[in-house]
Amino acid sequence: MKQVEVTLNVNGKDTTLTIPPRMTLVDCLRDELRLTGTHVGCEHGICGACSVFLDDEPIRSCLMFAVQAAGHRITTVEGLLNEDGSLSDLQDSFWECHAMQCGYCTPGMLVASESLLAENPDPSEDDIREAISGNLCRCTGYQQIVEAVQMTAKRRREGAANG
Amino acid sequence: MVDAPANLPNYRYVSRKRRTKEDRRFVSGRGKFVADVEVPGMKHVAILPSPHARANIISIDTSAALALPGVHYVLTGDELGEATNSLFHGLDLPNVIWHPLAVGMTRYAGEWVAAVVADSRYIAEDAAELIEVEYESLPAAVDSEKMIDEDQPLVHPAHGTNVLFRKTWEWGPVADDFASMPNTVSYRARWGRSSTVPIETFGVVAKWDDVNEIMDVWASIQMPQYQDQIAAALRIPMNQVRVHNDVDVGGSYGVKRGIKHTVLVTYLTKKLGFPVRFIEDRLDNMSGGDAHGPDRIFDITMAFDDEGVIKSMKIRALDDVGAYPGRAPLQLGKPMTALCGPYRINSIEYEAISVTSNKTGQVPVRGFGQSPTNFAIETGLERVAKHLGLDRIEVRARNLVRKDEFPWKIPPGSIYDSGDFHAVLDGIIKTSNWDDLVARRDALRAKGRLAGVGIATCLEPGGGNNIFEFLFNPKLEITTFVESVLMKVEPTGAITAVMCTTTSGQGHETLVSTIAGEELERDPDTIRVLHGDSLEALPTRSPVASRMAIVLGTATSKAARDIKSKMITIAAHDLGVEKDQIEYADGEFTVRGNPASKLTWAEICHIAHKQFHRMPPGHELGLQAYAVQQVPGAGGLPDENNEVPLYPCFSFQAHVPLVEIDPDTGKVKVHDYFIGHDCGTAINPDIVRGMIIGGVAHGIGAALYEKFEYDADGQLLAGTFVDYLLPSAHEIPPVVDSEHCTPSPLTSLGQKGSGEGGYLGAPAAIASAVNDALAPFDIEINELPIRARDIEAALYEKTR
Amino acid sequence: MKAAAFDYVRASSVDEICRLLADAGDEERKIIAGGQTLVPLMAMRMARPDMLIDINEVAELAGINDHGDHVSFGAGTRQRAIERSDIVSDRLPLVAKAVRNVGHQQTRNRGTIGGSIVHGDPSAELPMAALALEATMILRAVSGETEMPIDGFFEAAMVTNIEPEQLLTEIRIPVWQDARIGTGFHETSSRQGDFAIVAAAAQVALAEDGKVTRAAISVGGAAPSPVKLHGLEAALIGKSADGFQDIIALVDEEIDAETDVHATAEYRRRVTRKLVSRAIDDAIAEAGK
Repeated sequence: MKQVEVTLNVNGKDTTLTIPPRMTLVDCLRDELRLTGTHVGCEHGICGACSVFLDDEPIRSCLMFAVQAAGHRITTVEGLLNEDGSLSDLQDSFWECHAMQCGYCTPGMLVASESLLAENPDPSEDDIREAISGNLCRCTGYQQIVEAVQMTAKRRREGAANG
Repeated sequence: MVDAPANLPNYRYVSRKRRTKEDRRFVSGRGKFVADVEVPGMKHVAILPSPHARANIISIDTSAALALPGVHYVLTGDELGEATNSLFHGLDLPNVIWHPLAVGMTRYAGEWVAAVVADSRYIAEDAAELIEVEYESLPAAVDSEKMIDEDQPLVHPAHGTNVLFRKTWEWGPVADDFASMPNTVSYRARWGRSSTVPIETFGVVAKWDDVNEIMDVWASIQMPQYQDQIAAALRIPMNQVRVHNDVDVGGSYGVKRGIKHTVLVTYLTKKLGFPVRFIEDRLDNMSGGDAHGPDRIFDITMAFDDEGVIKSMKIRALDDVGAYPGRAPLQLGKPMTALCGPYRINSIEYEAISVTSNKTGQVPVRGFGQSPTNFAIETGLERVAKHLGLDRIEVRARNLVRKDEFPWKIPPGSIYDSGDFHAVLDGIIKTSNWDDLVARRDALRAKGRLAGVGIATCLEPGGGNNIFEFLFNPKLEITTFVESVLMKVEPTGAITAVMCTTTSGQGHETLVSTIAGEELERDPDTIRVLHGDSLEALPTRSPVASRMAIVLGTATSKAARDIKSKMITIAAHDLGVEKDQIEYADGEFTVRGNPASKLTWAEICHIAHKQFHRMPPGHELGLQAYAVQQVPGAGGLPDENNEVPLYPCFSFQAHVPLVEIDPDTGKVKVHDYFIGHDCGTAINPDIVRGMIIGGVAHGIGAALYEKFEYDADGQLLAGTFVDYLLPSAHEIPPVVDSEHCTPSPLTSLGQKGSGEGGYLGAPAAIASAVNDALAPFDIEINELPIRARDIEAALYEKTR
Repeated sequence: MKAAAFDYVRASSVDEICRLLADAGDEERKIIAGGQTLVPLMAMRMARPDMLIDINEVAELAGINDHGDHVSFGAGTRQRAIERSDIVSDRLPLVAKAVRNVGHQQTRNRGTIGGSIVHGDPSAELPMAALALEATMILRAVSGETEMPIDGFFEAAMVTNIEPEQLLTEIRIPVWQDARIGTGFHETSSRQGDFAIVAAAAQVALAEDGKVTRAAISVGGAAPSPVKLHGLEAALIGKSADGFQDIIALVDEEIDAETDVHATAEYRRRVTRKLVSRAIDDAIAEAGK
């Protein structure tokens, strides 16, 4: 079974790799590109710790082979930071609300939350819980995560109102 | 002992809303988890598990696996069993031998039989498939209760029985108390096998350095005596083992023990001469990781008067620890520290039975047995109330230890340090608007739904004094339970503290910096907290037993106060006054009554490090201190009545959930959850709140969703996340928490533990609510988890 | 949990896919669309294809089109697109209700209707809805195109009636032209978003007097495959909102529930009845508005 050459666009940057087709996207991001912010939790598509953006939509990177991602834009948690390396408003809200404990599910939660806010700037609590329902957390009981998303939504609405 | 302040001061940093230190790296994706650790040249391990619950290994042919390109080695139990010492058991079980890879026989489905080392995990898994093992499958011993009978297959034939431990203790005049009470209730409560199951699995990377004779270990670890046990297994001195405690652990709550994974990997790196890495995948973890939790049957009788006041209790607790016990049997012992819950029970008889079976091994889980025990006790309170037709809140109010009775000694010898249980209970009844919850319950019932309001009041013992282990194994004559911190101030004034163990989400860097900042009146954000490796670190027992705020927190206060004292001494000398003439505030050391005569923090640091000529004669140079803090109240062995004070500090919670049940499907929805909690002084309120809510979520999982289900042949039916159901954001309701603070007199700032409380009471509270919902049908379910199909079947039987 | 090795081809046309499937010989060649069902099976090495043919970039396989008497779905249409589609919410409300129950946002962003149907999971929502509404499957091979009614497509748990050299290209779901139509979809699962333990889908048409003139009912999770309840559908004709409870027992005759780690057979049987009843209730109520 032969390796294939593939060019991946991750966080705005192109990298060409030669990898076996069976290498999952999450393993490729972590081991080849050393973007270790995306985490492996189950490798069968339930826990959501591996969630990344594929062309602006959250997907489970353990359920995709890296070769499939060529021609698409991948954004990981590292790519959520601002250009100057500072935290995005969502990341900052997560910190402010202590929306994590061990930090392992956090990158996936950020991706799922950012996706919701992009589509729905005024989500209800139910909307938020639905959006993160594919991301399991064992530490927080989800509440401070919900609060962080609500805080971000409010910040963005107020920011938009202020122009 | 470090004295707690007499009055509750107005803290500057402690108990104030503050961001944690740890969160910044986590939101950036810059945590350093074990799978992020890259050691150049490292190779990868995959495991071949046994498919049989019990089988003899006839032969293992590794030749095809070894021939696969990219494979470096294939290890089997025969080799590893010879070359390493067997793994530690808490009980004295010389004939129960535990090695990372099966030797001669496999004792549970999923037990590791061989390990492949290859260039990648992918190749290692390919090779593992090529190993040919011939098994002779044997009948398995799977039914926990039957283990006491003689005719079950023996899990460890050389041990001669499937009972690992059986003992009865009696504290107080049980027979007399029973004779004097007009009422008894007897019942069985069953706690299904569940566990923490963190989202990160266990992993370990090890590198043997032949030249310096050092074994470097990075692991997702939360375990006392980790380096001790590695050294013992490998037969090397402890100072050849360097565990890196600065690895971020992705959740643990007790279960990240991984000693067999570690012995496997450290053996391989030493033998093969290159670093070796093993990260459990989820399949490895669920069946072969030996990280299951209590699997317990309680048979209890309570004796009480006509007012519902419980005088005495007889408890029989049977726990199935799986094939390789490790420390798990001791999980029957820790609950001795709060065996009567928060109640004024006068005498207790406790029979603890630990049995082995052909199932995955058990490991300490959050609370070390307290949650199942609390569930069992609370079931009794519900029964007492029902027996007498008493209100469930009232029966608890009549039994709770009263505010003016602290310190309160319980029959097994532990002393509850402080609390105001009634205030917390009253508070949550008010916060939850209990009468309104009952009205909402009744409105749901009127619409044809089932609905119930639950109540549970529980203790969270904290601090960790594990001398109960001596009652299980006289060889464990261990009375030292310390935690250490080293603190230093640099010449330019910056503060660094070194803690000596790992963190798995509890925010210890925040804990230490906040306390140090409070004591020294310096901004905690400027205080760096490191995790020292095991060679540099001072003695530690790791973050178990809800102990870190108590013991590490007190150690931090002590070290900080030490430094402050040294600085005052230096200031006094340099300013030419007696030490008691110096006032310290906000970084300035001033002579009392002479504000112009002062030195700044920076100046003192400069003197201490650089200016010998200005230092008090004979005074230590530099500016550092360390504290090795023993858990308060500990040190003695059990007396002739087997009484001994165990954990020192007791946090208290009162839980009130409202649940709705769909009568057609049996599905439970938790609508509301109220929890009042008192953990003394909360060092960081957000961390405490997170622990409380997270604990409640964990408890809801154990109550309604999670079970490591086995079939009659010992096959694990819940070995993936499809079948083992961790609650998502849909299953956990918003939790409203109300805080109380009854400081502990035993700790530096009055702090108690808070890492377990939600989990220790939620299962009992959910069971209470579900049974309230089923009460109109005269149904009671006392086995966890209570699943939709259990409820639906019970309703069907009643109403057909 | 790493998949066994395979060769990978990113297909660019339906013809190419069919050729690759036809040339398989002794090899096992599998289509990968969303991968939400296939990749976990591969990770556990329960599926070990020699070649994966990636169809995600084949534009002709995606798209939702309104043809008046039916709506066609390219097999590669994402569940997320179905969830957001106005055509679906207007013309196939039962499908709209079904798709909302599929997994979580990450699942629906990749999962496809074709993948869901071809895998034949007994409790998957889209196959159930398609079965209830008597969809037609368009299958292509180098030998030509076949139209297959969906009834008979599901053989057993995870086993569907598709030949190794065939590709599912399109699913056509008929649109009812009746004046008064209503739908109902109910499922119960251990956690919200999990595969259904049991699920019921119902679509009815009512006459002016409120009596059922037409019914489509299917269940999932109550048999090794999704099941269309032909007997119940026929018996429902002429019934009204408060007149159908006596025929619910017909459900039992048409299902074949099993016990597994999630539920007993008895639970499945009893709950199926309840959920079918609710789905019909909802459908009749909605049609009556």
